[in-house]
Parts: sequence; C-alpha cells; structure tokens
Amino acid sequence: MSVQPRTQPDTEPAAPRRRSSRRPLLVRLVQLVLAVVLLGAWELGAATGVVDPFFFSRPSAIVGQVGAWVVDGGIFRHLWVTLVEAMLALLIGSVAGLGVGFLLARVRVLAEVLDPYIKVANSLPRVVLAPIFLLWFGLGIWSKVAFGFTLVFFIVFFNTYQGIREVNQVLVDNTRMLGAKEGQLLRHVFLPSALSWIFSSLHVSVGFAIVGAVVGEYLGASEGIGFLISQAEGVFDTTAVFAGMVVLSVVVLLIDVVVHRGERYLLRWRPTGRADTGAN
Amino acid sequence: MAEVSLAGITISYWGPDGSEYPAVRDIDLHVPAGRFVSVVGPTGCGKSTLLNAAAGLLTPTSGEVRIDGVPLRGLNERAGYLFQQDGLLPWKTVLDNVALGLQLRGVPLAERTESAGEWIRRVGLAGFERSYPHQLSGGMRRRTSVAQTWIVDPDILLMDEPFGALDVQTRQIMENELLALWTGTGKSVLFVTHDLDEAIALSDEVVLLSAGPASRVVGHYPVDLPRPRDLLSIRTQPAFTETYTRIWSDLRTEVMTSYERSTAHPTGH
Repeated sequence: MSVQPRTQPDTEPAAPRRRSSRRPLLVRLVQLVLAVVLLGAWELGAATGVVDPFFFSRPSAIVGQVGAWVVDGGIFRHLWVTLVEAMLALLIGSVAGLGVGFLLARVRVLAEVLDPYIKVANSLPRVVLAPIFLLWFGLGIWSKVAFGFTLVFFIVFFNTYQGIREVNQVLVDNTRMLGAKEGQLLRHVFLPSALSWIFSSLHVSVGFAIVGAVVGEYLGASEGIGFLISQAEGVFDTTAVFAGMVVLSVVVLLIDVVVHRGERYLLRWRPTGRADTGAN
Repeated sequence: MAEVSLAGITISYWGPDGSEYPAVRDIDLHVPAGRFVSVVGPTGCGKSTLLNAAAGLLTPTSGEVRIDGVPLRGLNERAGYLFQQDGLLPWKTVLDNVALGLQLRGVPLAERTESAGEWIRRVGLAGFERSYPHQLSGGMRRRTSVAQTWIVDPDILLMDEPFGALDVQTRQIMENELLALWTGTGKSVLFVTHDLDEAIALSDEVVLLSAGPASRVVGHYPVDLPRPRDLLSIRTQPAFTETYTRIWSDLRTEVMTSYERSTAHPTGH
C-alpha cells in the first residue's frame, strides 16, 4: 500500500531525486514568507484598527505575554501539571488498551459479547463525560487523567485488537513449530505485531492525551494550561488566551518530534522505515 | 531418527453452509526413518493439508498420524516445518530469527548466539546477522528459514514447496545445498512440491496424489538414483529421465483432470 510510492526514489534513477532535494528548501521559504505575511497583516490590522485588538489581540502582545510568562516562570508550573495529567492518561490508557485489546483478540467469545458495548462507549462524545468525571474525581489531576484515559484507551485498544487479529497465520504456525508456548507466542509474535500498530498511532494518542488534560482543566481546575486559558477568557484577556494556545502548540510540536524519532527507531525493521531514513 | 506414517488420513473442510469439502481421502503414506519422500500432485490436491496434519497443526477428520508408531496428539514436537510462505518474524534480525528456536527452549544468550552464527555461516549468510528480513532477497530469506528450522535439530523435516517462489537458478542451488545439509543427518523428510523434476532429484520415493477435491494416492514410485547426488547434472542422467517419464504419464492425467475441473468451475476452490 504505502510501501510502493515510498520506495520509488530507491528504484528510479536520478531525475525525481534531484527535484526532491531542491524542493524542501523552496517549501520552507514559502512557509516562512506565508508566516511573515499573515502575522504582519494581523499586526498591521491591529495597529490601524481594521482588526479589533480587544477580540483578536496582536502578535507582538502575544509574544510579549509568552515572554513575560517565561521570565516570571509561573507558566512552567501550569505546563508541568498539564503534562503530568497527559502522560498519566497516556500511560494508563495505553496499558489498559493493550490489555483489553489482547484479551478480546485472543478470546473471540468475549469480543462478540462485548462488541455492542464497545461500539456504544466509543460513539459517545467524550466531552460530555468531563462534568461527570469532575464530580467523581474532584478538581485535582485525576478527573483530567480519567478524561484523557477515555480518549487514549480506545485508540490503543482498537490498534492492539487489529494488530493481533491481523497477524499472519504463517508467523504464528512457524513460531509454534519452533517450540513456542502460548506465553512465548504473545511475547515474540503478538506483542511486537500489536506494538507496531500502537507506535504508528502514538502521536495521535499523545495528542488526545493532551486534549483530554486541557479540556478537563478548562472545565474546572486550579492549575494547568487549560485553567490559565479559561482564567484569561474570564477576564476578556484575549492576549493571554492566544499566548496559552501558542505555548500549547509549541509543546505539542516538540513532543511530536520526539515521538516521531522514537517511532522511527522502534519500527526500524519495517520496509517503510528504511525508505524514510534513505530519503532523509 | 524417526519414521512418519499417515494411516488412512481423511481431511475435510466445512463450507459456511455446512457442506463438506473433502480435501484428501484415505491417504496412506510412509516415510521410513532417515528417508526423503516427496509428495507430488496438481495444484489444489491438498498437499499442504497433508503436511499440516503431519505437523499436528491440523487434526485429521479421520485416520491417524503416527511417529515411530505412536499416534500424534497435538503439535508434532519432533518436526521442523519449512513453510511455503515466509515465516520469518519481520521485527527480528537474521540472527535473532535463526536463534529463536533455541531461545524458546531456554538456551542461554551466549550459547544460542554462537550456534546461530555458525548456522548463518553454514547457509552462506555471514555478514547479514544484523539485517532485517525485508532487507534480504527471496533466496536469502529462504536460507534464513532453513537455518531457523535446522538449528533445533528436528528428527523430521516437513517442507512445503520451500523453493517455489525462487527463480530457477537460485532454486537449483538451494536444492543442492539442502541435499548437502541433509546427507548423513538421518533426518526423515516429507517434501511437498508440484514440480516433478525437483521431487525426483531430491527423493528416495515420490508419492503421487490425484487431482482434488478428495485427493487420494495414485501411486508410490521409488527413485533409484545413487547418493550423493549432484543436482546440477542429475537431470541429464538416463535413470532420471526414465523415472521422470514413468511418473509423468500418471501425473499428466491428474494435471489434465485438475485443469478441466478448474476451468469447468471457474469460481470453485
């Protein structure tokens, strides 16, 4: 499927490769110009009164606000809380998703019985759970972890389930003939296969874990980036709202880079992984 | 040393509507200890099904698999199985794939690494220990599979068209190497192929199956070619051509039957 176009540069001679080595530079340049134009227009609009700074703030003020937070150091405490909530949700959600996915994939009857319940639970818009979690787990971090959990769990669960069900039967038979018992099959065949699915969905899971934490904080908390944004909104401080968004975006981007690196290392045995390293 | 007997084996599959589809019927087949027996037949005659029964991956509908006279229950732990498709774990390196059987038996790391390294050299893959299966050619993956199967030293070897996906030259080289590996080991081999040429060149006996469904044994043909054999020149020897002609006249009938059935029912099995 995705293997075909990716290995293309390997098999085809110089022509497409030469173009692709010049193109990234051009793309970067255009991206930069676009950012300058958009931010410049925004700033200029705010300065001339075309855009109302009360509702839209202005880039210079947002940068100033972020700078002030960083200098003041207060932002790091909020960021830390949000990240702890997100990481706990990611960890607990992944472990639970992995376990349940394994169980349902290996025990067919259970999967058939639980199928409608899983569908119902997954079709529920998760945001409506946030208020009930606030009631159950209080205003501290655990209501946010629980909320993030419901988002992460299903992604990991479905990927694990799929990963185990899609394992090539020949791999299973071959490993059994080499002497593997059920537990060893799990470790050498099913777990690696499921992990490859989970890793390739990891940046989605990470994103959802952070969404869970921020939305949870937004609805009721005493610290965290979501709380900060909600506070700023309460006093019509649009600059701080935008500054909160900027901080969040930067952090999520950084995490995404790390996850991508980790994923490429862990899935290096894949043909597509090889094509990737060859192109970079 | 081990002998394998398939006694009156019938294996049926059931369609989604409950209808019975017999793959093989009343198969009697005997691999004496240390001998090389090939099963030949037209496409879809249930050759792989038979091997799966001998491996214990599949329980026959009726009849029995016996190893040294003892009925087989569950997986055949004395057998190694070289599958038609690639059975290598894509997330393990060549070294880890070859060492897998030893790892599953709890052999310590240093010992199994050394043993796997030796097998990798024996199948001519030295220098590729750290490669992943997708980085190897089809022939190299096969060599890895051979090493992986042989390292645990099974008494019985089951092979399902192991070289079917390779080009003709690579295939002949691999067949030659397989014979060299096998000679003197006393392992009993049950080899499945649709290639009569390959079957005669390798075996002590060729068993011909009829066209499916409900394949049965058409005949047993002993192959009287001296060992050790050089496969790169054996095909021109008179004894080889004689045996070939004798089996081919029967096989041709089955192939034609199989072909007519498949064209008469294009949506069939």
